Amino acid sequence: MSVNVRIPTILRTYTGGQAEVAAEGATLAEVIADLEKNHAGISARVLDDQGKLRRFVNVYVNDDDVRFEQGLETATPDGAGISIIPAVAGG
Amino acid sequence: MAAQTVASTTDTTTAPAAPSVDLGPAVALSCRECGERTPLSPSFACASCFGPLEAAYELPTGDPEALRKAIEAGPESIWRYAPLLPVPADVADKPNLNPGFTRLVKADRLAAELGVTGELYVKDDSGNPTHSFKDRVVAIAVEAARAFGFTTLSCSSTGNLAGAVGAAAARAGLRSCVFIPHDLEQGKVVMAAVYGGDVVAIEGTYDDVNRFCSELIGDPIGEGWGFTNVNLRPYYAEGSKTLAYEICEQLGWRIPDQIVVPVASGSQLTKIDKGLQELIKVGLVEEKPYRIIAAQAEGCSPVSAAYKAGHDVVRPVKPDTIVKSLAIGNPADGPYVLDIARRTGGAVEDVTDEQVVEGIKLLARTEGIFAETAGGVTVGVAKKLLESGVLDPAATTVVINTGDGLKTLDAVAATSGPTATIRPSLDAFRAAGLATH
Repeated sequence: MSVNVRIPTILRTYTGGQAEVAAEGATLAEVIADLEKNHAGISARVLDDQGKLRRFVNVYVNDDDVRFEQGLETATPDGAGISIIPAVAGG
Repeated sequence: MAAQTVASTTDTTTAPAAPSVDLGPAVALSCRECGERTPLSPSFACASCFGPLEAAYELPTGDPEALRKAIEAGPESIWRYAPLLPVPADVADKPNLNPGFTRLVKADRLAAELGVTGELYVKDDSGNPTHSFKDRVVAIAVEAARAFGFTTLSCSSTGNLAGAVGAAAARAGLRSCVFIPHDLEQGKVVMAAVYGGDVVAIEGTYDDVNRFCSELIGDPIGEGWGFTNVNLRPYYAEGSKTLAYEICEQLGWRIPDQIVVPVASGSQLTKIDKGLQELIKVGLVEEKPYRIIAAQAEGCSPVSAAYKAGHDVVRPVKPDTIVKSLAIGNPADGPYVLDIARRTGGAVEDVTDEQVVEGIKLLARTEGIFAETAGGVTVGVAKKLLESGVLDPAATTVVINTGDGLKTLDAVAATSGPTATIRPSLDAFRAAGLATH
């Protein structure tokens, strides 16, 4: 499955400044592994030492927060848009 | 007092050129998770671990008595605490709304009704310029926006913040453009729009609005935009410390035993705790134990649920409550609220929408204070925890009211109509059963 990943500003040093990159994978875990292969350093920023999503990072597959889905095992259909977003203060 | 230190260089990747910034005693940004420091800049997340960045200071050292006198001689606004905030020393001279120094009401009639034998106070932030505590945080964000050269002030908002941003931007001569969920209370939408800035209603929840704003900042469209609660968040959030400073000063420079604080993202609560710690550090108050109690509405209570389950992470929820200002299903500072509630021997509790309305009416009936729904949450939680014995009735307790009930009229409109509708005659009045003679 080919997906598009939107990269937050603080991670763009790993993507040569690109705000959006393509990646492959049938699940979010596979997509992150593929991102790491092409843009070394991203995985360690998004995942903690136990390989879980860091608690201050929000990941959306299309419009769905993966914590309401299956977390890292959330399916990433072909053409899906994935967003990685740091937590934001209240309003 | 030691001299304030001026900060170093700034990251200009998301802002117009700003060779140096003067944000008073703030000298760097520091990650709350891993402690990594970066120069002052419009950044809000740690590049190493995604943790939230917050302002780090060189706080005044030396004679606390001199600092106390300087504060007491200062303006009757949050600017009296400028030596403890990320703002330039001349902040009070610039056009701004001068928020803060709101009343601390000794609530004896409410205390009697709740069975409180100690002192009970309501910190009533409805008295701010746009009638909510958000004026405190926005005033700080305006200074950061000025320092970084932003020309548009923006935010994602559940309502109160949108109004505060609109007003503060108007006063400061900045453009404003705010983003809100499409289903907010009408009063809050009007208050956001009346100041002449742009108001964009997003089809989604507050969490959807947040996501949109985060993406806007990462896009060229967002260049020159200062989002109070996103890229200016480390500065903005510090404004909530002034609630702690004022409460202690108004109590004669002492820390109360118990403080009940509403929780949306949790930022206000964590900064009240930070403010208390800083007052101890600079010697303005004596160190003593205090308990911080977090209050949520049952229809959006992810932090309360995590607390009761013994978790240290917060699982997001989809909000469903009349308390729109606390309807954040994915609270950024939720884990820290858990930490602080546990560290201080406090608690996290939630109340139903019915109990929120009861809380609003109880406070209005006993003290003449008309709170917005979030104020109903804190009063409701205080009542619930006094009844269950979690709160100590003999202690000095402060309950926060974050905003004005006129903003959330719908919550009580159905049960707050005329007692009677009569013809203009004395007989009719007697017949209504309301005459005392």
